[in-house]
Amino acid sequence: MSAYAAPVQDLIDELGRLPGIGPKSAQRIAYHLLKLSRDDALRLAHAIVEVKDRVAFCRRCFNVAEGDECGYCADPRRDPTVVCVVEEPRDIVAVERTGEFHGRYHVLQGAISPMDGIGPDQLKVKELLARIEPEGVQEVILCTNPNIEGEATAMYLSRLLKPVGVRVTRIASGLPVGGDLEYADELTLGRALEGRRVLDGD
Amino acid sequence: MSLYRDEGVVLRTWKLGEADRIVVIFTKGHGKVRAVAKGVRKTRSKFGARLEPTSHVALQFYEGRELDIVTQAESIDQYPALREDFDRLGRAVTMLEAVDQLAQDREPNPAVLRMLVGALATLAADDSPLVVPAFFLKLLALEGFRPEVDTCVACGAEVDLVAFDIDSGGVLCRACRRGQALTPDALALLQRVLGGGLAAALREPPSAATHDVDVLATRAMEHHLERRLRSVSVMDHA
Repeated sequence: MSAYAAPVQDLIDELGRLPGIGPKSAQRIAYHLLKLSRDDALRLAHAIVEVKDRVAFCRRCFNVAEGDECGYCADPRRDPTVVCVVEEPRDIVAVERTGEFHGRYHVLQGAISPMDGIGPDQLKVKELLARIEPEGVQEVILCTNPNIEGEATAMYLSRLLKPVGVRVTRIASGLPVGGDLEYADELTLGRALEGRRVLDGD
Repeated sequence: MSLYRDEGVVLRTWKLGEADRIVVIFTKGHGKVRAVAKGVRKTRSKFGARLEPTSHVALQFYEGRELDIVTQAESIDQYPALREDFDRLGRAVTMLEAVDQLAQDREPNPAVLRMLVGALATLAADDSPLVVPAFFLKLLALEGFRPEVDTCVACGAEVDLVAFDIDSGGVLCRACRRGQALTPDALALLQRVLGGGLAAALREPPSAATHDVDVLATRAMEHHLERRLRSVSVMDHA
């Protein structure tokens, strides 16, 4: 016989399937939920149901969206001629926080990873290509992660996009602001040197 | 407190939790090691790009119960040229995948590591079409599965070798032929790669024969591993 009542055991099992939640954390959260008022618990249940019912992927850029198009695609103030290509919807949040980008996005929903059997066909690559002409895109910013999968994806996309006649740029690699030079690895420091810029004297 | 040091090549990585990664490293003294690199996905990680696949690194590990923990990493070579060329990166990853499949946890095989480092350096230095097939063939030879390329595996004939059969483990003469056809050029390349003419063979420009040897070596490797190499089919489609 299980040590818990059946509904509690079910709750613990479900919570235990969430990322980063082990059996012990699942147990702790389950007991917390048991102690909650009914209203608080229902609000959480409702939020989960709502997000599953109302949120889907934007048909244009594959960001998470409420309805057909995401907020960035639907916003007429955003520049449609510049598209920033990212791996995951949460990368959009990171780019948005900079306040430096005012164009549209395209979410690939992953990165090329040959060893995991993930190639361009498993990503939203065709969909990106199909956007270039109809939307009058002039620049594609490759904003994939600066790791081996992201770099491979960026190289693949640039090779694919060059013949289309669109300007293809890659975000710069370099040193994180606020860090120490001596901890920089050779590859990063090398790229930072390569991408150095002239400081204006005045 | 048990710390140990070793050097090796990073074969692959998996995401772990919020900002960590499990790194699979083929080391000189400890064979294939799985270790946790904490915080490596943060932009300010002290590891930076050092623990990415293809990197040749000197490491310090802290021995854990199941997985060890990487405490320090210093690059020996990061092969930047590989990371700037999609095709070469794909071919490097194919070699890493084969080594990952072949190597056993905690079983050192310094000869394989030496070959892998050599192959990565060669691929980074110049884009020779035979680096990967030569690596596969040499790896098979090292494992004790050197394909026979000088005499017919069925009758021992030394001339008129026209076919290659993976199941038989080598080339066959016209009378005994089975498996796939082999051109005289491809045969000559196979003999040079396995017979001490490797350095010269690596200088060959791409041709139909180098392509044949590539396909054949990949098949032989897959046959030995008893599974397909995923990166080969991904790169073929890309």
